[in-house]
Amino acid sequence: MATPGGAPAPAGDNLRRLTDLYRMMVRIRTFEETALEAYKLGEIPGPLHVSFGQEAIPAGVCASLRQDDRLTSNHRGHGHALAKGADAATMYLELYGRDGGYCRGKGGSMHIADFSVGMLGANGVVAGGLAIAVGAAQGLKLLKSDAIAVCMFGDGATNRGPFLEALNWAAIYTLPVLFVCEDNGVAAHTETRTVTAGDGPAARANAIGVPAVTIDGNDAVTVDETVARLVADVRAGRGPRMIHAMTDRWSGHTATDAAAWRDPKKVEAAKTRCPIARLKSVLIERGLAPAVLEEIGTAARNEMHAGRAAANAAPWPSVPSAYDDVQSVGAVSGGR
Amino acid sequence: MSANPTSDITLVDAGRLAVLQEMRRDPTVWVLGEDVGRGGLWGQYRGLLDEFGPERIVSTPISESTIMGAGLGAALVGTRPIIEMRMFDFVMCAMDELVNQIAKVRYMFGGQAKPAVVVRMPHGMWRNSAAQHSQMLEAWFAHLPGVVVVCPSNAEDEAGLLVSAIRSDDPVLFFDPKDLWTAPGQITDGEIAPIPFGKARHARKGDALTIVTWSAVTPNVLTAADQLARDGINVDVFDLRTIWPWDQDAVAASLARTKRLLVVHEAVEVGGFGAEIIATMIDRLGPAAIKVAKRLGAPRIPVPFAPPLENEVRITRLSAPCPGDSATSPRGHRGAAQGNE
Ligand SMILES: Cc1ncc(C[n+]2csc(CCOP(=O)(O)OP(=O)(O)O)c2C)c(N)n1
Repeated sequence: MATPGGAPAPAGDNLRRLTDLYRMMVRIRTFEETALEAYKLGEIPGPLHVSFGQEAIPAGVCASLRQDDRLTSNHRGHGHALAKGADAATMYLELYGRDGGYCRGKGGSMHIADFSVGMLGANGVVAGGLAIAVGAAQGLKLLKSDAIAVCMFGDGATNRGPFLEALNWAAIYTLPVLFVCEDNGVAAHTETRTVTAGDGPAARANAIGVPAVTIDGNDAVTVDETVARLVADVRAGRGPRMIHAMTDRWSGHTATDAAAWRDPKKVEAAKTRCPIARLKSVLIERGLAPAVLEEIGTAARNEMHAGRAAANAAPWPSVPSAYDDVQSVGAVSGGR
Repeated sequence: MSANPTSDITLVDAGRLAVLQEMRRDPTVWVLGEDVGRGGLWGQYRGLLDEFGPERIVSTPISESTIMGAGLGAALVGTRPIIEMRMFDFVMCAMDELVNQIAKVRYMFGGQAKPAVVVRMPHGMWRNSAAQHSQMLEAWFAHLPGVVVVCPSNAEDEAGLLVSAIRSDDPVLFFDPKDLWTAPGQITDGEIAPIPFGKARHARKGDALTIVTWSAVTPNVLTAADQLARDGINVDVFDLRTIWPWDQDAVAASLARTKRLLVVHEAVEVGGFGAEIIATMIDRLGPAAIKVAKRLGAPRIPVPFAPPLENEVRITRLSAPCPGDSATSPRGHRGAAQGNE
């Protein structure tokens, strides 16, 4: 979605832009549905974290970004990568651990990165991306670039020290960072509110001196409009901003987690707040032909099924490649 | 082998029973860590919340440095915390509290402090978890004065060593072997007896070679030893159980007989604890007493994700068929442990 250079279409009441948002959200959902299906058949190894219910946030955030803006992600990062412009088929290759995947089979689902579109990597360590985003912003500033850094993280990350340190850092150096807290209310197997004091992420950010707003993260239009406004502030050099986007995690923590501890009524209620269904009704109301919506769904399914099939048929990386990219000086080679 | 009756048990449950026994015995023992009230990521505390309540089974925020540091603070006022780190890799987020604080307070304060903590840090490769969720850096901590380093390889040792760890006044770094959580094992019925630190398990007997190992690779070493035995080659195998302190006497006595030493660890070979073992034996027995001394460990690369690449890091290829390679069962032990990370 991030446009290669140049300014994206204006935010807000713009049918083409909203249609693009919708398309991206459907692609994210379909990517993950397809991945989950493959995972359950044993085609995909390692941990897999899906983000059903959260699609409006990455789509809405990246709609205002340029390709040269940088983004750091977390463990639930498929949507972040796709929205930033990563290619689904290459992502599938990585999920499958196959040759030609984004990380050459070194990373898997939890470590997708595509530096060519400014996606600086998903992260297996909660809050691992916060300091990196701040440093990216500092570097961009040093280089006199007007690109910005965006940091995606969950509510769970706000109880780790790097949250305080990174926000303070961004504020004192007036850095071009947009912090995006995707608050799905749960962190692994715990309801975040049960381990979080005070008034939550936005209050914390405001107290540190990073202006923050709490929004309905399931409303793509709101996300888009808010991000567009804050990105303009950040890009203009007015310092860091934070969005606290309320959303839902429909699934378990990982693909193998049934999350039996959760109240099924709450999970069902969350599904009624589906961001995709919501944007769909907006689009219909605004007169988009149902056939166009259909087409978007079909195209996403075709894209993802083709990506999955290609990945499943792709060769493994060569074993000697396990020794590539460790370091330049002092690397060891295969054969021990 | 004890003559007492035994029961079948997985390693994760053996550890859980040890915690249960010690929490019943000593009201100052408690657990803190993420999701422990939910039974812990691996089910290693399953059911304990019901018996001991949220003041002794404390589910914490994702705040590793404070989990570690608060554990130390609580020890300094006389409680015995079990600090659950969920996965070893997240210990990196609490290195100050572990290395500069826990490992130092007793010495630096002239013996006034008693940092009686157990830090549980499930480690090693597990189901293609890639570079940030697979690390084996136990050698770092053998290098760190002030701590005991425990690396069990089976259910019985998990339980007995955990009992010792909880009763110990020293800080004990307890590396649960993730890959063996649900491996079948046995435990002696009745009270779990503490297993002393620094006492190796003499797992196989023979004169051809001395093999020293620990943690998740031990079952593979034993399989290899049994294969050799079928070919008429009997080897001495020591499962060290703890790498600091470690059973130098047992290894030296064996090596004086066999004159051949192989150290096998799943961690990276370069700078690993195998080097320390070989150097110590050369010092103790003299170079002339040893015909050959070798290490077998992982190559010096991060643990990669894709199964064939991960297999290159494992020092055995036996346990990890690639998904899609064949109709074999999924790799690893998928039983009761949760591990939904
Ligand atoms: C430092 C660290 N601690 C613990 C974990 C284990 N872990 C992985 S994801 C997660 C929950 C994160 O919750 P949140 O940030 O809210 O993101 P969500 O999963 O809800 O998208 C935990 C505890 C980790 N990866 N890193």
